[in-house]
Amino acid sequence: MPVVGRIVRIAGPLVVADGMSGAKMYEMVEVGEERLVGEIIRLSGDKAFIQVYESTTGLRPGEPVYGTGAPLSVDLGPGIIGQIYDGIQRPLSVIRDKTGSIFIRRGVKVPSIDPNKKWHFVPNKELRVGDKLGPGDVLGYVKETELIQHKVMVPPDTHGVLEWLAPEGDYTIEDVVAVLTVPGVGKKELKMHHKWPVRRPRPVKEKLEPVEPLITGMRVIDTLFPIAKGGTAAIPGPFGSGKTVTLHSLAKWSAARVVVYIGCGERGNEMTEALLKFPKYKDPWTGRPLMERTILIANTSNMPVAAREASIYTGVTLAEYYRDMGYDVLLVADSTSRWAEALREISGRLEEMPAEEGFPSYLASRLAEFYSRAGRAVLLGRPGRVGSVTIVGAVSPPGGDFTEPVTSNTKRFIRVFWALDAALAYSRHYPAINWVMSYSAYSDLVAKWWHEHVDPRWKEYRDEAYNILLREDELKEIVKLVGTEGLAEKDKLILETARILKTGFLQQNAFDPVDCFATPQKQWAQLKTIIDFHRAALRVVEQGVPVAKIRERLGKLLRELVMVRYNVPNDKVEEIYKLRNKILAALDKLLEEYLVTAGR
Amino acid sequence: MSIRLGKKIPIVREYETVAEVKGPLLIVEGISDAAYDEIVEVELPTGEKRKGRVLETAMGYAVVQVFEGTTGIPRTGTKVRFTARTLEAKVSGEMLGRVFNGLGEPIDGGPPIVSGVWRDINGDPLNPAARLFPEDFIQTGVSAIDGMNTLVRGQKLPIFSGSGLPHNMLAAQIARQATVRGEGEEFAVVFAAIGIMYDEYLFFKRFFEETGALKRTAFFVSLADDPPMMRLITPRTALTLAEYLAFDLGMHVLVILTDMTNYCEALREISAAREEVPGRQGYPGYMYSDLASIYERAGRARGKRGTITQMPILTMPNDDITHPIPDLTGYITEGQIVLSRELWNRGIYPPINVLMSLSRLMKEGIGPGKTREDHANVSDQLYAAYARAQELRQLATIVGEESLSEIDKKYLRFAEAFEQRFLKQGFYENRSIEETLDIAWEVLSILPEEELYKIKDEYIKKYHPKYRKKRAAAK
Repeated sequence: MPVVGRIVRIAGPLVVADGMSGAKMYEMVEVGEERLVGEIIRLSGDKAFIQVYESTTGLRPGEPVYGTGAPLSVDLGPGIIGQIYDGIQRPLSVIRDKTGSIFIRRGVKVPSIDPNKKWHFVPNKELRVGDKLGPGDVLGYVKETELIQHKVMVPPDTHGVLEWLAPEGDYTIEDVVAVLTVPGVGKKELKMHHKWPVRRPRPVKEKLEPVEPLITGMRVIDTLFPIAKGGTAAIPGPFGSGKTVTLHSLAKWSAARVVVYIGCGERGNEMTEALLKFPKYKDPWTGRPLMERTILIANTSNMPVAAREASIYTGVTLAEYYRDMGYDVLLVADSTSRWAEALREISGRLEEMPAEEGFPSYLASRLAEFYSRAGRAVLLGRPGRVGSVTIVGAVSPPGGDFTEPVTSNTKRFIRVFWALDAALAYSRHYPAINWVMSYSAYSDLVAKWWHEHVDPRWKEYRDEAYNILLREDELKEIVKLVGTEGLAEKDKLILETARILKTGFLQQNAFDPVDCFATPQKQWAQLKTIIDFHRAALRVVEQGVPVAKIRERLGKLLRELVMVRYNVPNDKVEEIYKLRNKILAALDKLLEEYLVTAGR
Repeated sequence: MSIRLGKKIPIVREYETVAEVKGPLLIVEGISDAAYDEIVEVELPTGEKRKGRVLETAMGYAVVQVFEGTTGIPRTGTKVRFTARTLEAKVSGEMLGRVFNGLGEPIDGGPPIVSGVWRDINGDPLNPAARLFPEDFIQTGVSAIDGMNTLVRGQKLPIFSGSGLPHNMLAAQIARQATVRGEGEEFAVVFAAIGIMYDEYLFFKRFFEETGALKRTAFFVSLADDPPMMRLITPRTALTLAEYLAFDLGMHVLVILTDMTNYCEALREISAAREEVPGRQGYPGYMYSDLASIYERAGRARGKRGTITQMPILTMPNDDITHPIPDLTGYITEGQIVLSRELWNRGIYPPINVLMSLSRLMKEGIGPGKTREDHANVSDQLYAAYARAQELRQLATIVGEESLSEIDKKYLRFAEAFEQRFLKQGFYENRSIEETLDIAWEVLSILPEEELYKIKDEYIKKYHPKYRKKRAAAK
């Protein structure tokens, strides 16, 4: 029997109620006469401390608090893809249509998944009455969108013998599609949806090593700092460093089958942009509108702070649900710093002892819990399948200071670090991922994939490009003292190749229809051409030809090389190899002429 | 009186049980039904009345923050009336052309606002699913903005300035010149002066009067010596009017908030008085959320003709862009226009540091049909070239200009021309976007054509002065 208590104190989003003995930690409650949604975050005697997910303006002591007996949960079933939810899985477009207002009013109650929509359910042909079923076993299939075949599964906490399975037909999520006999309990009806507590990771059979790259179409990521399916990455950067554009690119072009995009304490217009633009963009892997694989969670900066804290868990639970069907899911959380600030605010109201910069001492363990929900795994249930959740968390360090608590603690739990650099952004070098500060622990693991699918020399060329960029960084220090003219010719060539790498390879225009997405094959063709130019030019320079001469003679060709990112679409990669041959031929010719005039 | 009482709790309750007076706070005992955020009226034994609001409420006590400060309030004999309402302001189309205090009460000696509706000044968050993405180009007539940091209708684009820099001039110039091309419709301007000095207020008032813009401007003023709480209320009252004008009356509204640094100082002052755990540099940990509750009140919405475009102004303490005020602002707003002391000292107005400035919504507002097809490429090229030139300038100060290559020297000449011809313009000079782009091409043509790697060949052929001259000669 859920409890009913009484408000005794209100301070911002924190409400204290008494008469709450019998309530459970993290139980969801309804606060006040308007039944605002809240969650218990501390119990003390018969008092419960509640964080309220809606504005508490006008709430008074003495108003009732209703327990629900259940923890904060999300509703899982077909109809989630393509939605935009708030932090506690309320569909914002439904709220808009229901209230007829452009503003979000509080106390609105709407179902998370449309209960009236009929889905065409196809039962799993392998199943027979009398089969013993367990967690994750597939009962049947529903085509949720053109891209997503939704697997209706036995929930992770359910076992039993199949008594009845619905025949093929159209059902709502509230219709019973299977009946199990649970030993010692009796009959259990299964519907196409079930609830799952957001703070509890959904179980898997076995976690695997992330060895396959998650191709993003962004050259600086795929080639220099790759992310693996099931991996974890952080993308910290001061404002204006292009974080949002980079994250949107990831959500748009990466090879994930399902994308969960959490706007946690960020701009309203950014979520609107995703909501309005994603249906117009085509998934480069399937040619279908992006919204058919995307779930948006928007708890923007002006929406109630406490729901920001919940939005991260809501998102990762949805991601795990689609992983359980065997999909590769990408979760983008923008921004984990705002989530940490929500933790700090609630912690402050609870008068807990603060650690660094006022953040609670459990910040690190909360971050660890979150990133631990990433992974590639063998999943529960039959038919056997493998899925993954890849987590990319944005970090917004105050003043761009990477030593602050959220960035420094995040670094302990992630394996890819894409450091955004304001200086690069100021000169409009996008994506502004700094190649000196960034790293990826997956580049060795995913090399095997590149060698099998693209070219066996990938790692060698990648490392050479990386080293040229690092060497350039050192040279720039010397240039500051002696100027470019004081450098050895070999080093001048490094500067020239680094320039081509930066402008023709690392930079990528997210808004250009051709440049925004590069297949692994195009990336490789570009990389190979640039490095082959460098190797050939180095031989020419070693024969005594000055770099200025190369620039002069090959200026047009090198400009063309820089421009292939715009001018050569993914299906015309052979054009790049043609250009490569022209460049190499021009270098040969230059050397020949030089040797003749030099009289050698 | 402009603060109306709400609807939710029907009865006004009066208490004389002030237990403690602390900073701007009163602790009132014996009350068990004060509503969170409820507005109270404090009556001193002298008969003076002040307003406040409930910050925390519990069984047996309420913590009240007094807007005008607690100076002179005795513990005994003070009456605290709980009004059963939240903070609301009366808004109306009549308010254009008038001057108000932070609570929305007229202070220009004119008649009271008669018609109008009452709105909670805190507003509600716009539903992201009800927003429309901003995409209409606003021509401000300022090249550095139109050409490289384009403002669009529904955007929030702050000016990051420093004390002594001409941010007020620039804001005034934008307010006067801003138009959406092809519509000819002028913006209604909602102007919130937050904790500014009286002479700054006079500057704006005179400027709007002289240019005839006053009749489409509503002024909300809290001066530097007003109590800190008034500085927190002023922008909210102003934005409540802006929302009404835009979403109820269908007007295009430009909101100018100056100076947000004063706002944040007030926030810190009040937070410290409440003895809250401070975040960076003593500013409260919730400053990000608090600023967002102001800046996010901008945009376009479905089914609404009107829009709100916001231009907050802030002075960066010690010109430090990493200071919490500009830093948190930059994370919320859709870009920033940064003013540079160095350019200003060299006599360049407007002294916009284009490299540090950014408009996130620019790409949506430019291009064929909106500005010109070459706009995006030209802007990218200006950025890249000017950034390179700045690096070379630094280098030249160490190794001398003669150690630079021929191309590098051209970059230095480009930078000089860029600052003198493109950036620099008059206070009354209103350039069309075509003029702006043509000046850009002129300065870019100083560089060799191979260096224009951000511009597509077809645009070079079409707009580069060299080819234009050839074509003109051929004709």
